Amino acid sequence: MATITLDTVRKVYGGAVEAVKGVSIDIADGEFIVLVGPSGCGKSTLLRMVAGLEDITTGEIKIGDKVVNNVDPANRDIAMVFQNYALYPHMTVYNNLAYGLKNRGMAKDEIDRRVKEAARILEIGDYLDRKPRALSGGQRQRVAMGRAIVREPAAFLFDEPLSNLDAKLRVQMRVEIKRLQKSLKTTSVYVTHDQLEAMTLADRLVVLNGGNIEQIGAPIEVYDKPASTFVASFIGSPAMNLLKVKTDASGLAFETGAGLSGANPHGRDRYIAGVRPEHLDVVPAGSPEAALTLKAKVNVLEPVGAESYLYAECGDGGPEIVIRVESHAHFEPGQEIVLSAKAKDVHFFDADTGRRIDG
Amino acid sequence: MNRLKVGDHLILIAGVLFMVTPVVLAFLTSTHDNIEIFRTGLQFDFGNEFVSTYERVLTKAGGFTKEVNGFVMLKNSLILGIGFAVGKIVISMLAAYAIVYFRFPLATLCFWVIFCTLLLPLEVRILPSYEIVQKLGLVNTYTGLIVPLIASATGTFYFRQFFKSVPDELLEAARIDGAGPWKFFIDILVPLSKTMIAAIFIIMFVYGWNQYLWPTLITTDEGFFTLVRGIKQILQVWIGAQIPAYNDAMALAILAMLPPVIVVIVFQSWFIKGLVESDK
Amino acid sequence: MKKVQFDSRLTPYILLLPQLAIVAIFFLWPAAEAVRSSFYLEDPFGFGSTFVGLDNFKDVFADSNYGRVVRFTGVFTFCVTFFSLAIALVLAVKADKVIHGSSAYKTLLMWVYAVAPPVAGLIGIFLFDQHVGPIVKMFKALGWDMRIGVNYNDTGFAMVVVAVWKQIPVNFIFLLSGLQGISKSVQEAAAIDCPSGFRRFWTVTFPLLAPTGFFLLIINITYALFDTFGVIDVLLKTQPGDDPITLVYKVYQDGFRGNDLGGSSAQSVILMVVVFVLTVIQFRLIERRVHYN
Repeated sequence: MATITLDTVRKVYGGAVEAVKGVSIDIADGEFIVLVGPSGCGKSTLLRMVAGLEDITTGEIKIGDKVVNNVDPANRDIAMVFQNYALYPHMTVYNNLAYGLKNRGMAKDEIDRRVKEAARILEIGDYLDRKPRALSGGQRQRVAMGRAIVREPAAFLFDEPLSNLDAKLRVQMRVEIKRLQKSLKTTSVYVTHDQLEAMTLADRLVVLNGGNIEQIGAPIEVYDKPASTFVASFIGSPAMNLLKVKTDASGLAFETGAGLSGANPHGRDRYIAGVRPEHLDVVPAGSPEAALTLKAKVNVLEPVGAESYLYAECGDGGPEIVIRVESHAHFEPGQEIVLSAKAKDVHFFDADTGRRIDG
Repeated sequence: MNRLKVGDHLILIAGVLFMVTPVVLAFLTSTHDNIEIFRTGLQFDFGNEFVSTYERVLTKAGGFTKEVNGFVMLKNSLILGIGFAVGKIVISMLAAYAIVYFRFPLATLCFWVIFCTLLLPLEVRILPSYEIVQKLGLVNTYTGLIVPLIASATGTFYFRQFFKSVPDELLEAARIDGAGPWKFFIDILVPLSKTMIAAIFIIMFVYGWNQYLWPTLITTDEGFFTLVRGIKQILQVWIGAQIPAYNDAMALAILAMLPPVIVVIVFQSWFIKGLVESDK
Repeated sequence: MKKVQFDSRLTPYILLLPQLAIVAIFFLWPAAEAVRSSFYLEDPFGFGSTFVGLDNFKDVFADSNYGRVVRFTGVFTFCVTFFSLAIALVLAVKADKVIHGSSAYKTLLMWVYAVAPPVAGLIGIFLFDQHVGPIVKMFKALGWDMRIGVNYNDTGFAMVVVAVWKQIPVNFIFLLSGLQGISKSVQEAAAIDCPSGFRRFWTVTFPLLAPTGFFLLIINITYALFDTFGVIDVLLKTQPGDDPITLVYKVYQDGFRGNDLGGSSAQSVILMVVVFVLTVIQFRLIERRVHYN
């Protein structure tokens, strides 16, 4: 068990490409941190630097109180679960788990005890004599987890461990990883591009974009108060509707055409206004003005079972927006609707920088 | 549709006959009596001289010096085939491991020095190669026979391709598991390469066994003759004879092809995999 | 290379040492020696040598016999490459198609790979033998009086036949695996789009096979130039100079039998240039093949 501290960590490839641009994160003991972002955002590089698989260009990484910049991966007291599992194909499951312990000169009985214990926790006891190729995807995933657990490391590092599994298994394993981490209380850093995985697993999320941190915070906090348009569109599904708006004498308006009204909240000329699909209500025409009121024309209704998504075009040739409606709602293509959102559910971002405007 | 299929089979059968008939004829003829062959031509049935011919070829000393028999040549062929294959695999695995898995200042230079050997086959530098082996006093030794053939980097190229295809994460996992360079090589990489090693062994064994020009130059002492090398010698004696020993010569040809053919047929799938996937 | 590598100072050199030593002694040294002696005139009895500049090369190109050898090498290489590839292609296409007995066909068509060229040559001698050879008898019935080892063209013909026979398996193996590498869905799409099987082959299968084909072309040229040494050496019987031989055989003949070290070395250097060009092309193709996958 240990804290992990990243202090202005940078990674530059070949003297030119800056993959990670000065990232600082303090990870508490036992915390589950998820690094999330699109591909190429630097999340995997960051994780691999913590593991010691990539050199750190500048900055400092501490595991516990020890600076590990120049420590071999094997001596960092971490364990890693890889996307393709990286199981040793020629070794049995037992030996896959035991290999790292043997290399540390651990006594046979202790190795045996730990392997059996990990196998029990992960329910892979029946497969210990099999080779990885005789296992299903889910079972391999468990073995990869087991290889991390037996080490009883200071930290678990996960590099997109679920992305090779099918959707159903992914949900199941996600729950299991969460449960396991809670019971073992081992500090964990988890990399994913899947925002749902990130939301459900994390104690705290780190949203990365282009080598920079966009936002750090608890999942619900990031959802409620996205720090930028990037975070707003990345976290939450379907993504938040982002509308370019200007202000005139009567308040807010679309930059092109009619169909939007609302009060100017921060006294600026231009904004990007954001509303999540679940925060837009379809109201009868002529309802009292809300913080944001939109007039739109229905394009498509997409039922997904528990709810439906309505795709509609704002005003005349305005942007397309998504609205969550109840599952059995009925709308006709071309139907005119009026939408409203409450003040607390409307986010305003700087029109140029995309940063959140608060206050 | 049916007619088409029959046509396909006919073409394939014709191909098979073209490939197989010469060798079958050689074998059948080798089981007949010398004079009978001389009088009636190549034989199309199994004769009754099989045991006596092969016994004679294997045990009776022939050649100019009357020192070498089939068994000795068989032994030399095995030494060349196996020695070449094993030597090549060991040396090229180590070299490929260094090239793929290590970061060191002279890496690029070493890589090019080794791979430029692929540019020039032994045949075009045969004369100076012979002179150097002669200077080193290695003529008529197994070392002189085998080691210069290993100089070409084909094996290193095979293993380099294979190592590059091994997922990086395996090395990373092993490093986190505390394995250093030697441990990773022995515990992970060598066991992983088992099929590849087998495939390359077969290809190299056949290649070594079938060497002709180099053994012709390097082994002048008949005690070092391989079966393939011995063919020319047999031929020279044979041409001088009044009634050529057709049966003996054919028996020798059959013996010379038997071991590599068996290896290739038995380990066919490995062999094809090795040949095709490593791209020469 | 790899994203992650070891940073060990001495280990890589230890690993490379055996290979580098062998390359230095048995490759670099002789290759350099070949280039050096191509510029010298060696005394046949071993009493020193004189620098003669490009004279050896001039002599080689001035020799009418060399032109004859070049011509034969060209014809031989073309025939061997063309016929062995063509026959192997037909067999591979058919073997890829049939369902019953495909593995038996495969084994029977590929095993000749393991036969050494001189052994193939030896069997060739019997088949083309003046007294007992069935092929000679067959052609005699057709009015062609074959005299292998005596008649220049007849000997050349026999060499081509044996060399083709020996090379079909390699081409067959590569072409078949190339055919099997073409995805089923592409073939199914083609089957829907193009009713004529023959046309389908030329417009879809053949182009997809092209990378393998180019690669094999180089392999076959290299084979015909160098690896057929054993076939030629065994099939030759009479006087040097009157026989159909390839460039590599001439290097050997002049160097070891004729004791013309300078001339032989100059020929080696010329061949080195040829091989160098072929190998560079081959590497390009391998890189391409790797990208295709």
